[in-house]
Amino acid sequence: MTDAVLATKGLSKSFGALKATDDVTLDLRPGEIHAVIGPNGAGKSTLIDQICGGLTPDAGSVTFLGRDVTGRSVPARARMGLARSFQISQLAMEDTVLQNTLLGAVGAVGSPWRFLWPVVKNRRLRARADAALAQVGLTPHAAKRVSELSHGQRRLLEVAIALTLRPKAFVMDEPMAGLGAEGSKALTEFLDRLRAEAPILLVEHDMDAVFALADRISVLVYGRIIETGTVDAIRASDAVRAAYLGADR
Amino acid sequence: MSTILIIEQVLNGLQFGVMLFLMAAGLTLIFGVMGLINLAHGSLYMIGAFVAAAVAGLTGSFLLAIAAAMAAAAVAGVLVEMLVIRRLYAADHLDQVLATFALILIFSEGTRWVFGSFPLFLDIPSEISGPVTLPGGIEYPLYRLVLIGIGLAVAATLGWLITKTRIGIRIRAGENDREMIAALGVDISKLYTAIFALGAALAGLAGALVGAIQSVQVGMGEPVLILAFVVIVIGGIGSIKGALIGSILVGLTDTLGGIFLPELFKLFMAPAAAQSAGASLASMAIYILMGAVLIWRPTGLFGARAA
Amino acid sequence: MIPEKLLNLVVLALLLAVPYWASLNDAPFTITLATRATIFALAAVGLNIALGMGGMVSLGHALFFGIGGYTMGILAFHAQSFTPLIDGPMVIEGTKSMPVIWAVAMGVSALAALVIGALSLRTAGVYFIMITLAFGQMLFFFTISWSSYGGEDGLSIFLRNEFPGLDTLVPFNFFALCYGLLVLVILFNARFARSPFGLALNAARQSPDRVRAVGLNPQRLKLVAFVISGTITGLAGALFADLNRFVSPTMFSWQTSGEIMVFVILGGVARLCGPVVGAVAFVMLEHFLGGLSEFWHIYLGLLLLLIVLFARGGLVGLVARRGAAHD
Repeated sequence: MTDAVLATKGLSKSFGALKATDDVTLDLRPGEIHAVIGPNGAGKSTLIDQICGGLTPDAGSVTFLGRDVTGRSVPARARMGLARSFQISQLAMEDTVLQNTLLGAVGAVGSPWRFLWPVVKNRRLRARADAALAQVGLTPHAAKRVSELSHGQRRLLEVAIALTLRPKAFVMDEPMAGLGAEGSKALTEFLDRLRAEAPILLVEHDMDAVFALADRISVLVYGRIIETGTVDAIRASDAVRAAYLGADR
Repeated sequence: MSTILIIEQVLNGLQFGVMLFLMAAGLTLIFGVMGLINLAHGSLYMIGAFVAAAVAGLTGSFLLAIAAAMAAAAVAGVLVEMLVIRRLYAADHLDQVLATFALILIFSEGTRWVFGSFPLFLDIPSEISGPVTLPGGIEYPLYRLVLIGIGLAVAATLGWLITKTRIGIRIRAGENDREMIAALGVDISKLYTAIFALGAALAGLAGALVGAIQSVQVGMGEPVLILAFVVIVIGGIGSIKGALIGSILVGLTDTLGGIFLPELFKLFMAPAAAQSAGASLASMAIYILMGAVLIWRPTGLFGARAA
Repeated sequence: MIPEKLLNLVVLALLLAVPYWASLNDAPFTITLATRATIFALAAVGLNIALGMGGMVSLGHALFFGIGGYTMGILAFHAQSFTPLIDGPMVIEGTKSMPVIWAVAMGVSALAALVIGALSLRTAGVYFIMITLAFGQMLFFFTISWSSYGGEDGLSIFLRNEFPGLDTLVPFNFFALCYGLLVLVILFNARFARSPFGLALNAARQSPDRVRAVGLNPQRLKLVAFVISGTITGLAGALFADLNRFVSPTMFSWQTSGEIMVFVILGGVARLCGPVVGAVAFVMLEHFLGGLSEFWHIYLGLLLLLIVLFARGGLVGLVARRGAAHD
């Protein structure tokens, strides 16, 4: 476990009587895709928010790159290299693709306090943004406004922004949502290659994608992880079948 | 500094506070349920005061004047809601601010057009105009006691309305979930108009009641409106209880600050300097209170949600 | 529809040409109107940075306008009455020098914006509106009770302040100073909109979660924008005081805040020259409608309602298409 890039230990968060996450312990190891699956309302979003810093857990801890980051803010974790994508795209819709990517570069360099020089003419920021756009294949769309992009392209843009941070780990919140069969297939192939860049904690509904990509799967039901294992182990697990797959298929 | 003076000032603060409550309650309901910031709420207060003064002048009946004030403010509120405000529920706050700012301009100038620029006066009816002797030998104007009584009675009624009655349950449901309440078959747009009318009538009532102890003039509504905003920031948006407690806190702070801060400063300053420094500080006291509450609880004392 | 850049140039050129023509034809009142519009425009450019770029609906910008005005009033009052501003171990004198007054006005406004911004930005949305409005009102009542500087009656300054190498008593010269400052600030605003900070601020308005996720703090970005915004409006306040040679608590009133916001909206939110167009339109309406009817505010109110309900882009939005976001 010492080689884990990202790990949670005993994460618990309640809203009133509802235990959204209950003693969640999981880790993300170098080079892997670790999928978290579970029915709606299982606490996946609450878990992601605690990992990324948007919510403070009632109990438990989050460790990133060997450091306890439980008390650190979202921006602080992002600066350490924890990159995330959102279930509902969080992008500056009025701005262009390039501008959104440059925002990532500005954040990565850590200095937004420059007021007079055009950001697009800054070579260092531009190089970072261009490289990230090329990596996801959005270079031809750099000048488009985000509002003109398709759903799938917005997903890729989220990844491109994450890439400008030179991340040490990705946390992705249902990247396949709303993509359709074609789009899911393309993004699945892309994520498969992306794991070489940094390990991915993948929260996902799309079982085809999860089974195709995941090295390990954790099953979250009513805020608890009932099973963690390889794809085969999860497929074979009676507990999972009963609690989740059984109900779904 | 005598006990009598202190009690008198506390009563004054209480009276000021409950009148603020009548304004703040409507504002906080309208914001809590419809998500609307209404700058023109002060205009409804002004309309109440002018109509009360006019009706009292014509008929000589104070009760009739109060009823007319509430009715006129409610009618103005309903008209404004149906013509303008209704289009703004889904708009962003900036549009709401501008449109209701435009309404202030229209109402203020319209009132000046009809009534002229000179202040009107509304007399307190003789039955409740004199002083009354309280236990402990304190002489205090009966009318102000009546105001305190009316304010507290309105607060109690509103509290009962919100927590115990069917319409209150609908209002609270509307705060939480618009789709849900629509799905239950409640006509949401009628409910909104009704809430707006209620808020407007309360503002009209406040205007009429306060009009009898101050002069009735154009522009009287906005300072009260801004104080009501301070109350809501302190009490928390959407909370009637917060509005009541916030109002009384603001009323007491403003009244007592104006009296006691100069006295306090006189303990260690020359009297003239103390008077001026104390008065300056007192003029800012409620805003300092607001700042302190903000540091402590950014969503107000009883505010559940960030807006 | 014409490109926005062209419109900006036309607007700024006209704003210079009309008073220049007036100075040749001895029409000082026209110059005064143009100066008034220019100063209002400057105040509104300041607000537009908070409002249009940062998405902060501040209904308290009169506070900075008033602080700028009173800074001028107090410094010039001490200079004209030959009394020191601060006596004691360290004596600070008043001054009649515009550059010094501008610098002090901007400094004090920036400080006020820092404190008020830090407090107000603890909240958002409608709380923010109410709180900024309330702080403006606080200073209004404070100046009313501040008897050393005229209280409710305000302060009169007998002679316009001085600028090295220029006779500021000539109306066109003072206009030119105000105009120069306006153009400088607009140029700054144009560059600033395309800078890393401008990019981050724009994103913070549209998607604070995204900004956090790339390691930036949206509240801090907004606070800095609020300070820049307040500083510019403060400078406008100092100029306005010099135009009237008079300051009073009215500068702090909520109506002033509302009017500065009206300039921005009338012209077009987040448009570079929206505030200029809005301020010029306002001053013209005030002059012409005000001449026709004592109750011209009714028409202003109706016009404003129509714009809010039907013409979201303001006057600039009616005639100019928006350029590429930040080319």
